Amino acid sequence: MISNTIAATAAGRRLALGLVCLYAVAAGPAVAHGVVGKRFFPATLTTEDPFVADELSLPTISRIKTGANGDEPAQRETAFSADVTKRVTENFAVGFGASYLRLQSSGEATQTGFDNLEAGVKYQFYQDAESESIASVGVDWDIGGSGSKRVGAEPFSTITPALFFGKGFGDLPQDAKYLRPLALTGQLGIGLPTRASTTTIGSEGNVSIERNPHTLQWGFALEYSFPYLQSFVQDVGLAAPFNRMIPVVEVSMSTALDRGASGTTGTINPGIIWSGNYFQLAAEALIPVNRASGKHTGWIVQLHFYLDDLFPGSIGRPIFRN
Amino acid sequence: MAAVLVQTASAHAFLDRAVPAVGSSVRTPPTELKLWFTERLEPAFSKVRVEDGGGKQVDRGDGRVDSADGVLLRVSLPRLPPGTYRVKWRVLSVDTHVSEGDFTFDVAP
Repeated sequence: MISNTIAATAAGRRLALGLVCLYAVAAGPAVAHGVVGKRFFPATLTTEDPFVADELSLPTISRIKTGANGDEPAQRETAFSADVTKRVTENFAVGFGASYLRLQSSGEATQTGFDNLEAGVKYQFYQDAESESIASVGVDWDIGGSGSKRVGAEPFSTITPALFFGKGFGDLPQDAKYLRPLALTGQLGIGLPTRASTTTIGSEGNVSIERNPHTLQWGFALEYSFPYLQSFVQDVGLAAPFNRMIPVVEVSMSTALDRGASGTTGTINPGIIWSGNYFQLAAEALIPVNRASGKHTGWIVQLHFYLDDLFPGSIGRPIFRN
Repeated sequence: MAAVLVQTASAHAFLDRAVPAVGSSVRTPPTELKLWFTERLEPAFSKVRVEDGGGKQVDRGDGRVDSADGVLLRVSLPRLPPGTYRVKWRVLSVDTHVSEGDFTFDVAP
């Protein structure tokens, strides 16, 4: 009788496991975080990802020293940020972000406060495993007035529609096989301020009008994946943690287009990403491309969580599944 | 129990290492191909195939997840003549993430 009970229990467990697997397959296999065919695209720090995913960046910490600009003195800006993205469907996601700023200027009191909150949507409309390519469109909303004036948060909103793309070079010929671990991601968008100008009345009643130009937001990331090299090109014997590293160079730029403004500001950011099973760590230098962009090299670090791998059965899967 | 299974954290499975190694050249033809992944695999939905230079399947068709090691996918091989062979794999990790890939190895003359 005892042996019959044990046999029945074991059979029950096998049935339950089979039903779970059947459910998993019938519901469709999950699309992994930033994976297209053999290519894994890591989350980049200063340029937007070309894919949609359930992810959390907490924290992102950066520091850079900006140069003097007219009446504004040089200042050191330290930012502590958090960003979260949630898939609504397999290919559509919403995201939110917040940054706490600390601004230090010589001869002036340190200013702290939140920058404007950010919200965004993104739709991944194309992916092709064979060519390791992916593309998305999205709109970002810098919510005017939601941040603190102390840290210069703008009173107006800026809407930025953009195109994001990613391309892995795994389809290069055999002669160039050591270039196959390379991948390029990029973004191209237009920043549209909701106000053409901002009027400020000083303490002595003087009025100043600052025009808010449209801006071209562009950038790219060039990365070389050691995991790709090891798994698909050649096992060169890299041990942990190097076998999970992805050296990267990001370029993040903004070009003023009109309203009396011109020129480009931005940074070139060489760094390294270490990608684990559930999270990634990254660190990059922020090298200003010109004086208007900053006076010294800064830095940025990030801890980023793959929610789809951490919580595949709950918040790590789309709200509405096929 | 089903609720516990789907709630357990588990990442997508990437190829960790292989024997013969990815992109390697071996003098002695291997009798078996072994692939170790970063996550446990669903046996029923994890496949591996070895092809010769002409795209013809040359393994013995017994690809399987090792019963004692859930991250190991193996397939036995006949004696392979010198040449370049392509390994194609497609696996389903226990959290239902699909991963796939391929690589080559050579059997030296």
